[in-house]
Amino acid sequence: MAQTERVIEMKGITKRFGEFKANDNINLNVEKGEIHALLGENGAGKSTLMNILSGLLEPTSGEIYVNGKKAKIDSPEKANQLGIGMVHQHFMLVDKFTVAENIMLGKEKHNYGFMDDEGAEKDVKDLSDRYGLTVDPSARIEDISVGMQQRAEILKTLFRGADILIFDEPTGVLTPQEIDELMDIMKKLTDEGKSIILITHKLDEIKKVADRCTVIRRGQSIDTVNVKNTSQQELADMMVGRSVSFKVDKIASVPQGPVLEIKNLTVKESRGLEAVKNIDLEVKAGEVLGIAGIDGNGQSELIQAITGLTKAESGTIKLDGKDITGEKPREVTETGLGHIPEDRHRHGLVLPMKLEENMTLQQYYQKPFSKNGLLNHGKIKEFAKKLIEEFDVRTQSEESTAASLSGGNQQKAIIAREISRNPALLIAAQPTRGLDVGAIEYIHKRLIEQRDNGKAVLLMSYELDEVMNVSDRIAVMYDGKIVAIVRADETSENELGLLMAGVSLEKAKKELAGKDIKAGTAGAAGAAGNAENDGKERATVANDETE
Amino acid sequence: MDIVSLLQLIVSSSLVYAAPLIFTALGGTFSERSGVVNIGLEGIMVMGAFMSAIFNLSFYSTFGAMTPWLGLLAGGVIGILFSLIHAVATINLRADHIVSGTVINLAAPALAVFLTRAIYGAAQTGPLARSFGFSDIFLLEKIPVIGPIFFQNTSGPAYLGILVAIIAWVVLFKTRFGLRLRSVGEHPHAAETLGINVYLMKYSGVMISGFLGGIGGAIQAQAIHNEFGILTVAGQGFIAMAAMIFGKWNPLGAMGAAIFFGFAQSLARIGNYIPIIQDIPGVWLQVLPYLLTIIILVGVVGRSTAPKDLGNTFIRSK
Ligand SMILES: Nc1ncnc2c1ncn2[C@@H]1O[C@H](COP(=O)(O)OP(=O)(O)OP(=O)(O)O)[C@@H](O)[C@H]1O
Ligand SMILES: [Mg+2]
Repeated sequence: MAQTERVIEMKGITKRFGEFKANDNINLNVEKGEIHALLGENGAGKSTLMNILSGLLEPTSGEIYVNGKKAKIDSPEKANQLGIGMVHQHFMLVDKFTVAENIMLGKEKHNYGFMDDEGAEKDVKDLSDRYGLTVDPSARIEDISVGMQQRAEILKTLFRGADILIFDEPTGVLTPQEIDELMDIMKKLTDEGKSIILITHKLDEIKKVADRCTVIRRGQSIDTVNVKNTSQQELADMMVGRSVSFKVDKIASVPQGPVLEIKNLTVKESRGLEAVKNIDLEVKAGEVLGIAGIDGNGQSELIQAITGLTKAESGTIKLDGKDITGEKPREVTETGLGHIPEDRHRHGLVLPMKLEENMTLQQYYQKPFSKNGLLNHGKIKEFAKKLIEEFDVRTQSEESTAASLSGGNQQKAIIAREISRNPALLIAAQPTRGLDVGAIEYIHKRLIEQRDNGKAVLLMSYELDEVMNVSDRIAVMYDGKIVAIVRADETSENELGLLMAGVSLEKAKKELAGKDIKAGTAGAAGAAGNAENDGKERATVANDETE
Repeated sequence: MDIVSLLQLIVSSSLVYAAPLIFTALGGTFSERSGVVNIGLEGIMVMGAFMSAIFNLSFYSTFGAMTPWLGLLAGGVIGILFSLIHAVATINLRADHIVSGTVINLAAPALAVFLTRAIYGAAQTGPLARSFGFSDIFLLEKIPVIGPIFFQNTSGPAYLGILVAIIAWVVLFKTRFGLRLRSVGEHPHAAETLGINVYLMKYSGVMISGFLGGIGGAIQAQAIHNEFGILTVAGQGFIAMAAMIFGKWNPLGAMGAAIFFGFAQSLARIGNYIPIIQDIPGVWLQVLPYLLTIIILVGVVGRSTAPKDLGNTFIRSK
């Protein structure tokens, strides 16, 4: 084996927030040309460690060596100079600026202070051609897809001459096709001699691209392993500190009467196009109904209409026998709805408020949390403490702001709040996005528990694994319509892939029966690929709305 | 009156009233583009008006006809000083922008009137030594028809304001400084990761707003009231902010809106000469600008797009 060169060496890094140690004596070393994965539970301290490396946070103690030389990285600019660039978990892009302006900002191309827009766009074009990172330099960030925004972020670091790139959960917001593209890009970058640190919760991604993996647990570095010689199960166990099961244990469901009844529902999205087209759907007590589909096929709009966040154009929605069409979200909630929203920052939490306040957001005005119009803080605190304990939300205290929690723990806080009310219908939209495998296992268990207690669960997810493992029945959405409803134990990934691409159920069955499984997979992937392009445009539209 | 004289009257009096608004609205645009709300512009205008009046009375014997123009600089400089209070409070001390601005609005008139009393023994300065009056715009006045309507016997400061608006537009949208200033008002953390000095940019935005707001006040005193007293500014700073919003935080838009508000204000003065509105009671015409301001703020604010991070305190992570 050739002599390897250490580009990054972090030694004994500790970072305190008050009394709390987010990083506790962490060691990390990265070699030239490798993809080094960072794996750890939600709140383990991965983002904190990388923010230290990129100059956004100062470590309480510890040393950093870059290319063998000791470095004091006290500002992002300093990190740039040392060749370190970070693609943040939440993109750092100015929505109203063009791609080129975002990339050049701080190192603008100019003549005597006047911007040289054409020159800048040409430079960005050249750079994007060189690395195969397709972007439109003159498009505004707010008008482009999430995937392209991410490519702009990557170009931003490359433009600054970064040799060491940090990706903080880059795949959470991408479609499967975009994820594949990103993996290729990362490989290409390391071929050019760049080194990459990759944070992800998805073990298959680590197996696919990473060379080595450092595992962090509760702020401490546990071990660094060679990915080739380590199985996904071993990685997961090491990260959580116990044995994790990937399979969801469940007994057969015993569905009863309908809890949610949707008839002829049509919903328009913000631009006035029909996003949900005349849908009928029923979710029964005691079952988990999964909604599968490629991002942008009307799933988000369907959920927003049920929860009362958008008005339905026509049709009726009944919850627990009561007509809730056009009701306000609070009415719907009180009728018996729990909602784990897709966009946790926009619909799930009030970030500057305390965790305990966030946990009682749906109930603060009711007894025992409030009496004669006054809040009972003692009860609120007690309740929050109980949920934090029960759902293992990692936080310094119930009084921390929601904003100070790690992304995954914010999600757990919402889930705790919604499940604890024990609603007749629980809508879970992408409930495990950004969660570690241990937390995913737990959330899935709780969803099944709801079902076993005779409640209805509506699960929307872009992850086929999740939909197939947790659901009893699966409704596939394509182009605003439900194209098929299948039983989870009778379908296959291939069949769902074809359905999601708009192929009808009979055709899909015929195709899969006719060909051997290998060919079927290729067909499904190809078809799904096309539909993704198609879906991506609409996904961008949906994004505009969420911004 | 013949039609050309009537048009000339309307244009020139609109411009006279628009001139202070143009400068102040441009100032507001710079401040808000950097993410700092500056409702203190009203108070800054008061200080600018006060300072220019003193300058005007004290230095007429030295500078003669140039005095009002130099008075603009005097107003601008005191505007910068006052805006620094706002900058320190909002940027370094993380005060709420509205609260800090309100403090300036309360303190400035009190201080200015107190000093006026101390110096002149009365609440007003009395007539200034030299006001802007009306002037012809070099060369342009000679154009047939257009010349007499737009460029003869008109407001010099307004044309300076239009020129400054064009320069401001170029600065904001075509220069490196402008790009950085706007980035800080939109997404300061992104700007920070790219090595941009967020504090410096915000200070620049607020200080430019102080300079232009002070000039606005100086024009108000030296071109419209021809003295300084408690009623000299009376709400013009707020109207200028409405113009900035109406103009969608764009210097050229702000200028256009300021001219529109100037027109609305001038109606109270010249309404008697304009055939269609001659019979509307004067009170209505006087209320009109304020009414328009409210209507526009209510109707437009919701829809127009403010800088994304406007009014937030930037805290460096560490
Ligand atoms: N500014 C802050 N103030 C206080 N606590 C903080 C702050 N930033 C992070 N923390 C805490 O430090 C811990 C580590 O957070 P970090 O964001 O590094 O986790 P993470 O490993 O990236 O998790 P995730 O996978 O969920 O993104 C968390 O418990 C979080 O609550
Ligand atoms: Mg993180």
